[in-house]
Amino acid sequence: MFEARPINRQNQTIERIWRGVFLAMTLVLVIPVLVILGVLVVRGGPMISWAFLTTEPTNGMTEGGVLPALLGTIALVLVALIASVPVGVAAAVYLSEYAADNWLTRTINLAIINLAGVPSIVHALFGLGAFVLFFQFGTSILAASLTLAVMALPVVIVSTRESLQAVPMAFREACWNMGATRWQTIRTVVLPNSISGILTGVILEVSRTAGETAPIMFTGAAFFLPFLPQSVYDQTMALSLHLFVISTQVPGVPDGLPYGVALVLVGIVLLMNSVSIAFRTWLRGRKKW
Amino acid sequence: MAPTPPDDHASDRRNLDWYVDRGMRWIVTVGGVSAIVFIIGIFAFVTREGFPFLFDGFEAGEFFGSPAWRPTSEPNPTYGALALIAGTASVTGLAVLSAVPFSLGAAIYIAEFATGRTREVLKVLVELLAAIPSVVWGFIGLSMMNPLIIAIFDVPVGLNVLNAGLILGLMAAPIMTTIAEDALKAVPDAYREAGEAMGATRWQVTMRVVLPAAKNGLMAAVLLGVGRGFGETMAVLMASGHSINLPTSPFDSVRALTATIAAELGETAVGSEHYQALFTLGMLLFAVTFSINLAADLFVRGVRRG
Repeated sequence: MFEARPINRQNQTIERIWRGVFLAMTLVLVIPVLVILGVLVVRGGPMISWAFLTTEPTNGMTEGGVLPALLGTIALVLVALIASVPVGVAAAVYLSEYAADNWLTRTINLAIINLAGVPSIVHALFGLGAFVLFFQFGTSILAASLTLAVMALPVVIVSTRESLQAVPMAFREACWNMGATRWQTIRTVVLPNSISGILTGVILEVSRTAGETAPIMFTGAAFFLPFLPQSVYDQTMALSLHLFVISTQVPGVPDGLPYGVALVLVGIVLLMNSVSIAFRTWLRGRKKW
Repeated sequence: MAPTPPDDHASDRRNLDWYVDRGMRWIVTVGGVSAIVFIIGIFAFVTREGFPFLFDGFEAGEFFGSPAWRPTSEPNPTYGALALIAGTASVTGLAVLSAVPFSLGAAIYIAEFATGRTREVLKVLVELLAAIPSVVWGFIGLSMMNPLIIAIFDVPVGLNVLNAGLILGLMAAPIMTTIAEDALKAVPDAYREAGEAMGATRWQVTMRVVLPAAKNGLMAAVLLGVGRGFGETMAVLMASGHSINLPTSPFDSVRALTATIAAELGETAVGSEHYQALFTLGMLLFAVTFSINLAADLFVRGVRRG
């Protein structure tokens, strides 16, 4: 009664062919990543040593290590985190816990989408106009980090909002029924139950921010500095800009050096990303509700 | 009765907790509104620096009609952005053409065909693709794609529309894939089950049921990919050759709007005409990406209603 008729067999063949086509399309996207990572490791790997990470660039940036750029990137990311996480989490708490479905909420959501879509070079123009010139921070770590913070804000808001909304409504209702205020409920029930999700988003933000180049070019990152920054009002070198500079602006750079810098940068970014992905997978397995 | 938040019925006991609650509500509202403040701030500050140029050196006919971008020529600098617009358009166009089919194909495979571990691994790889910083993509264009294009097509320079377009395609692909996959997942399973219960194969269900139901979301995915390519800076600066050209073939070097700002802003004096002209390019970029995002949002909203 149920044996396959020719039309069924034909359909199954079509199905198998298209399945193969879609798989091939997916592989076209993912294989380049593996190739690129492979080449970076093979060509940049020999450059990486303890000395490469802990010495300064010498001889017109054609030799030596990446220490000031590495420390600069860490400083820029840290200050950007300090500035963006509190604001982003507050915004997410508002959107998830307080906001009614009205024009203000819709406008905020639209602003977040647009903030995420503004080109990085326009963020750079904003940072220059606002933080460097108008607020007179000068070209400094502070100005560059604040520019990065504005750029990263939508990432923090969206990921935090998602983890807040993943907390079941019944948890809140139980707490309200005990007579707790909205804020007491958020502090004692909602935030503790979503803290790991929020952290995942913050780690993701670190990975994005560390790789940005355009927004820091004119706001605080320098091509080359012979000393380490002493305060947030100093300029700094950064890994991303360093890679741009030695691969386009400096003559006589040996072949392997930019690969080494690229590998360090990609290493940091992918390490942070993998931590974030692993954390998320672990959380999903552990969820009790 | 369903439990309600205590906002209303607790207002009769104005103790410390009540005031703390009001204070925190006020603080997080400020956090939420800050997103609006920042987007207006970006518009205001970019406009503020570029505004004097709009009244003084700016001529719409020259700006949009002339390919001569010679801001440093003395005594008559010209500010024709046509070649820059053409550069951005050609690179973004090639990126979208190359990335859309593969991104949608990948989204369909991940959402409709792949299962279990394969699906997770593919999703992680797509995420890693999205994580590679733009300056590293530029470096890849410079150091890997450039010799490859020279060798394969036998052209003198490998930094051109083809190079930057393919790099941008790879950069825009993960965004399109992720959003398209979300759009496919938003189609209720009941649709698929109804299709399969009628004896349709998965391919038939995908083509005739899932794709039509998700078409607005897919459109939004493509638009956001376009926005990403349009606004990309470092990769285009490094891979496109950065020479002012009205491209006639994919092997011509071009210069993009974003790349022009990145390359020239450092050399201009604050407040000079050239400096203001670069901010005017920024205003153009802001206006276009704003429209693209708005359009994408309208498409997504269409999905939610439908």
